[in-house]
Amino acid sequence: MFELSRSQKEIQKAARDFAKGEFDKEVTLELEEKREYPEAVWKKAADLGFIGIQFAEDYSGGGLGVLDGCLIAEELCRKDSTMGMAITFSGIGSEAVFRFADNGLKEAFLPKVAEGEMLSGIAFSESSYGLDVSSIQTTAVPEGDHLVISGKKTNVLNGGSAGFYVVLAKTGVDDDPAKSLSMVLVEGDRDGIGVTDSGEKLGLNMMKTAELSFQDVKVPVANLVGKEGRGLSQADRFSNEIRILLAAQALGIAQGALDRAISYVKQREQFNRKLAQFQITRHKIAEMATKVELSRLITYKAAVGFDSGKPDAALISMAKMSSARMAVQVADEAIQLFGGYGYMKEQEVERYYRDAKLTELLFGNRGLQSDIIGEAVIGKVK
Amino acid sequence: MEKEVTPYVDQWEKDHIVPREVWKKMGDEKFLCPALSSEYGGIGGDFLHSTIVIEEISRTNHSGLAAPLHNDIVIPYIEAYASEDQKKKYLPGCVSGDIITAIAMTEPDAGSDLASMTTTAEEDGDHIVINGSKTFITNGINSDLVIVAAKDPEEKNPHQALSLYFVETGTPGFEKGRQLVKMGLYSQDTSELFFSKCRIPRENRIGEAGSGFIMLMEKLQQERLVVAIMAVSAAECILERTIPFCRTTIVSGKPLSKSQAVQFALVELAAEVKIGRTFLDKLIADHMEGRRIIIETSMAKYWTTDMVTRVADRCVDLFGEYGIMEACPAIRAWRDVRIMSIFAGTNEIMKQIAGKFMGF
Repeated sequence: MFELSRSQKEIQKAARDFAKGEFDKEVTLELEEKREYPEAVWKKAADLGFIGIQFAEDYSGGGLGVLDGCLIAEELCRKDSTMGMAITFSGIGSEAVFRFADNGLKEAFLPKVAEGEMLSGIAFSESSYGLDVSSIQTTAVPEGDHLVISGKKTNVLNGGSAGFYVVLAKTGVDDDPAKSLSMVLVEGDRDGIGVTDSGEKLGLNMMKTAELSFQDVKVPVANLVGKEGRGLSQADRFSNEIRILLAAQALGIAQGALDRAISYVKQREQFNRKLAQFQITRHKIAEMATKVELSRLITYKAAVGFDSGKPDAALISMAKMSSARMAVQVADEAIQLFGGYGYMKEQEVERYYRDAKLTELLFGNRGLQSDIIGEAVIGKVK
Repeated sequence: MEKEVTPYVDQWEKDHIVPREVWKKMGDEKFLCPALSSEYGGIGGDFLHSTIVIEEISRTNHSGLAAPLHNDIVIPYIEAYASEDQKKKYLPGCVSGDIITAIAMTEPDAGSDLASMTTTAEEDGDHIVINGSKTFITNGINSDLVIVAAKDPEEKNPHQALSLYFVETGTPGFEKGRQLVKMGLYSQDTSELFFSKCRIPRENRIGEAGSGFIMLMEKLQQERLVVAIMAVSAAECILERTIPFCRTTIVSGKPLSKSQAVQFALVELAAEVKIGRTFLDKLIADHMEGRRIIIETSMAKYWTTDMVTRVADRCVDLFGEYGIMEACPAIRAWRDVRIMSIFAGTNEIMKQIAGKFMGF
């Protein structure tokens, strides 16, 4: 139950070797400074099958599961928190296309994502705070063979760079978002899309984030992803899949921070001893290592549940919430163990700390995750 | 601050430095060395005046203008230990803003273990020759005058080997290194300093030879208190920016501040801040009465800096996804406060010191 299969271990090793060979700290720092996407590394990752590992092989995918995706995300983020997140988010939104769209859309777009030719994004939120389905105002109005989309979306990752966006819009007149929202695929080069850069972020600056405005953007009705009116339930299921990814990224970030902390305390000397020889150092590392183990167990369990066909939304939120929180804590302690050097960009642990914080904030902060978990665990209250 | 500092901090963060002119303006307004005796041109106030300056700088949403370091950490060494000639030479400039100071103790291999520093100061006739390097020096680039801690290579006992020296910018053999690129404090000109056969006049030594360690030990109580003031002020400001956001941001039809979980979080944070403020105010009063509060200031330094990191972290979380943006009002503070549990002595060292004085 607690051992990975042989093929899973091979994927894990392949991802580790790839990151070791291809990730370069100086390149990361430069791309972060310039806010440029790591195109070269992304394409190599795609060539080796690390992108779209969950897609069916018909669509250039690996035909594998979310757990395999987690193993990749964990290894890449372990080696470089920022590069790892950027590459594993390259096709954000394409998961929804794979799970819900018809063959036509899947064939048209998924191979391009898996082959490293196209980035994708999601346009759900309309408030910078995050997704509030009761206040979505973007509409997708039918006009003959087309849907005409109008509205504004915020916090769009890959905003301005994506080949397509999966947009959550109102197609129905019902007040209840559970009935009136749909997912629509909108190509990035359609007329009427305005892109406003959201500016620098706390981390992951190599990925652009933008506000998108849609002014009468016309797409064929065939661009509907999944069923009309089922946008909210699809968005919930999609969010589950992304939360598992975030949990795995957080796990990798925590492990990477721990790796660096252990390495540092074994060589840094003060008071004629290695830092690793102080009891407090050992206790700190003990807490960090325990958190990484907990994070790994819950993340893998959530992923296995998803792959079995019965995703447990509460468990997934637990994994995301706890993994992200523990990653922030582990990276925070890693900075402390590095002392003054921990605050320097050169030493990387501060970047792991910032990237860990992102995993906590994206797709619902702890308040939202707690709402989801509490409601599910307690069940119906009469 | 609202007129001369706050409107410009975004630019200073981009430029990675605070312009020298701001120090002059601070000097013109008598905000530099406010606790220094008035015979050098200042207002001749006390530690409360210093505290006010620290708290008002905290409200500007940046930490680059390290006037508190200059006012309350460096100048006290000069006031307490320098000769009259040295004071007359340097203090008026420190008050006017013409002389920006820094203090250089830390080295790449000597952080918490200060006694293991290797920068040397050797007597050579009328001069002293300094060799070595220092790092993580606040105000490094802007500084005109640096107090440098260095060892007599002949003295075997590390605690008797240390002396403090005035080194002026521009002295041959004194080079300033690159500005250090940090997680936060973008506008603070922290840098490395290099001394290569740097010759200074013998008169530049502060006080008796070998008395450096005693001086550091006596002055560090105030340094720790200054950090605690910065930490509590920062926590108060972060909360002040987070509460209006919670009141005005509507999610699912109601303000965030109407959510029970958000309310409890804000109360808990406010309680911690208030506890920190209460402890701090008591210690400021004790310090001003001249009490020796080594244990309490060590506790205050570690507790308040841990607290502000917790407060900043929880507040960012309350901003939801907006927290991923630099534009979010709590983000710069989140990045800036993280250094507080490390500098001025790590929190681990604080616990070690308190433990020692508690008799463990």
